[in-house]
Amino acid sequence: MVIRTDRLTKQFGNFRAVDEISFEVDRGEIFGFLGANGAGKTTAMRMLCGLSKPTSGIGMVAGYDIERQSEQVKRHIGYMSQKFSLYDDLRVWENIRLFAGIYGMKSAEIAQKTDEILSTLGFSAEKNTMVKELPLGWKQKLSFSVSIFHEPRIVFLDEPTGGVDPVTRRQFWELIYQAADRGITIFVTTHYMDEAEYCSRVSIMVDGKIEALDTPRRLKSTFSATSMDNVFIRLAGKAKRAGDN
Amino acid sequence: MDTAIRALSVNNISMNYANVSALKNVSFEVKRGELFGLIGPDGAGKTSLFRILTTLLLADSGTAMVDDLDVVTDYRAIRCRIGYMPGRFSLYQDLTVEENLAFFATVFNTSIKENYYLIEDIYKQIEPFKKRKAGQLSGGMKQKLALSCALIHKPSVLFLDEPTTGVDPVSRREFWGMLKKLKRQGITILVSTPYMDEATLCDRIALIQQGEILTIDTPDRITANFPRKLYAVESDNNYRTLMQLRENPAVLSVYSFGESLHVTLNEQLITENGHDFQLKEIEPSIEDCFIELLRK
Amino acid sequence: MNLISKEFVHIFRDSRTMMILLVMPAIQIILFGFAITTEVKNVPMVVFNPSGDDSVQPVIEQLQASGYFTLVGELDNRDEIQRVFQEGEAHMAVIFDRDAIQLIIDASDPNQAMVFGSYVSNIINRFQVSGFEIRALYNPQMKSSYNFVPGVMGLIITLICAMMTSISIVREKEKGTMEVLLASPIRPVHIIAAKMTPYFVLSIINLATILSLSIFVLGVPVTGNFAALVSVSLLFTLTTLSLGLLISSIASTQPAALLISGMGLMMPTMLLSGMIFPIESMPCILQCVSVFFPARWYVETVRKLMIQGVEIEFAAKEIVILTGMTVFLLAVSLKKFSIRIKK
Repeated sequence: MVIRTDRLTKQFGNFRAVDEISFEVDRGEIFGFLGANGAGKTTAMRMLCGLSKPTSGIGMVAGYDIERQSEQVKRHIGYMSQKFSLYDDLRVWENIRLFAGIYGMKSAEIAQKTDEILSTLGFSAEKNTMVKELPLGWKQKLSFSVSIFHEPRIVFLDEPTGGVDPVTRRQFWELIYQAADRGITIFVTTHYMDEAEYCSRVSIMVDGKIEALDTPRRLKSTFSATSMDNVFIRLAGKAKRAGDN
Repeated sequence: MDTAIRALSVNNISMNYANVSALKNVSFEVKRGELFGLIGPDGAGKTSLFRILTTLLLADSGTAMVDDLDVVTDYRAIRCRIGYMPGRFSLYQDLTVEENLAFFATVFNTSIKENYYLIEDIYKQIEPFKKRKAGQLSGGMKQKLALSCALIHKPSVLFLDEPTTGVDPVSRREFWGMLKKLKRQGITILVSTPYMDEATLCDRIALIQQGEILTIDTPDRITANFPRKLYAVESDNNYRTLMQLRENPAVLSVYSFGESLHVTLNEQLITENGHDFQLKEIEPSIEDCFIELLRK
Repeated sequence: MNLISKEFVHIFRDSRTMMILLVMPAIQIILFGFAITTEVKNVPMVVFNPSGDDSVQPVIEQLQASGYFTLVGELDNRDEIQRVFQEGEAHMAVIFDRDAIQLIIDASDPNQAMVFGSYVSNIINRFQVSGFEIRALYNPQMKSSYNFVPGVMGLIITLICAMMTSISIVREKEKGTMEVLLASPIRPVHIIAAKMTPYFVLSIINLATILSLSIFVLGVPVTGNFAALVSVSLLFTLTTLSLGLLISSIASTQPAALLISGMGLMMPTMLLSGMIFPIESMPCILQCVSVFFPARWYVETVRKLMIQGVEIEFAAKEIVILTGMTVFLLAVSLKKFSIRIKK
């Protein structure tokens, strides 16, 4: 079990952003965490990453308590978002060294693993390239590799593949599958349902609560829908809370 | 295309930034009243093309006409009759909903009243928040306000650059519903999106990648032109199955599509060698076609 | 809501910035007028009188009576001077030798030291050579606020017009709203005029604050032609507005606009306009550089019109230069303000 929450709640004043959510995620799972804008998924994810303390309830991530051991939580997770991932004005290897260094890896280890990763990605020739000069798809693959460089037990991906072309996107998902196959748990937050279809299980948050949690296939049959998009609209359409971002 | 029914024409437009070429000899035409989609990933050149058509950017070569006016020489006249919603939220965050709308009405020498019928459906949904500052609206409401502001002067052509990026599925669906209604009012709409699933909501689409148009047609005809039979393979471990299929000489292409894998086959080899996976023939989607075109 | 009222709303909604813009001039005037001053007051002084001669007493009394210096002690030994200076007990020592009066000054702050020196020699001279007198014209009490007021006026106008205008235009570029405005029928010149109007008004309010504070609180008299002073200030407002416009066409982000106007305009305005350091005593190269800063000419004009009280003809050269600069800057920046997006 890599994530386990029990009635996890976050309250801002009299607003319950996250309302008693309980779920579990297994090792090597690709878990989709869905919800409309303002449904509370960003708040929930911030708690799971140890960036924000829960108001009540329990959350364990990678074996650590998110309330009392947030520093250990942070050390054993990876994070990647489409908005921020790598420094544009640093070279490829500089980015890798920087982030690996943050997680306390040794220089020799970093150097060796950098070459390994770049050659798996087919980027060996780009080691000295400025990140801003890489095509978007490459950047995303690279930033995913950087986010799991320190072999975290779980990696949080925030809308990872928005806006990339279909072929690069599949290459990206293959990287994710590969990592999951190695036993790294993948936690994807997104509101793009076609991204959700790639997950092994998905949860859908509505107004701070988890309204559904199952494999995409079973969710589609439960809601007799043809796509995750329809499942989502059926559930999120009931939301009373207006989005806040 | 006859000038009377042509709302937009793009002829051999090319555009380079430093050493990257953003658009390569792009040409297409859009009919009056058409809902035309420009479908492609980030960096495909969609925004550059929108800026050229909205007279904001000069192309390196080629010509473009909007409402039979040249985008370079008649830019002033074009600016009076188009509506433009840029890719990111471009309203004043410190002005209220109402103030933003009133301001854009003034900018286009009109009043909110004059064309209210056009935006009524959309604006009514955000009217309860009209005293709220635009910066405090949710993503879906911002998008509705931006659309209202772009429509306030009853433009003849509406340019929407990635209007649904960053918006959740519920708001996205509402947004496309609004576009359908506007189309009925006779407004020509050019919309861009990186989401392939939105392609089928357009009358005609151009698939664009790295500054080049891969194909232009109606969504139905594009999927009908898929060159081979397409199969779905389902399994318990897609990643392992994907690797196995990739090794199989009879498999021409295999891509993961959510929970299943989409496969095209060398039919002859398959019948000769036989196979041991569950094949289900399926209709190709626009995304399948896009991948197929990229493979060429 | 039209273009101009929209600009005012932007400013009013950002109440913190507006407060800063309105209160800052007052604070600056008060700071420069009272706190930051090169005037000398109550400087601790020691005397050393080895001869023990009482005839020096009147000199000491006179030095104290001036209010500039306070006697904090008498030394028995010349070597003690080092100690009292180092311990900060005194900044000046007067030694009455048999045939001469010697003045030893703590010159860690050379400017201050110079001022002490000239004050003391003034007082002592009056004693020894009757009939010899130095008079400071225009500023008989040599108040430093006389010098600062024109400088602060130049600084505030530059800040509001150049910095704020450029930031406000660049903000629209950054937020993408400029793109929508450009794709509309509005003419760029209207966008610009609307952007400038509120800052023009703000500058006028600030000018009024500065002038009334300096006249009624600091007691700086406007001896010259008041109308001329106001007209020149309005002219300078226009100059800086066009500078702001020029900066906005170079900068593409708000921090860049802030840096260019801060480092490229404000610093030189403070240092090269003669506000703090007199232009005449600058090295030749800096004098030449200062020629290109409108603030230098403005501050000089204000000094002439306000402090010296000369008629406007005597500031003709400066006014012509300022007008020329304004026309040039406005022409260049209007031309540079694109009707399209640069690729």
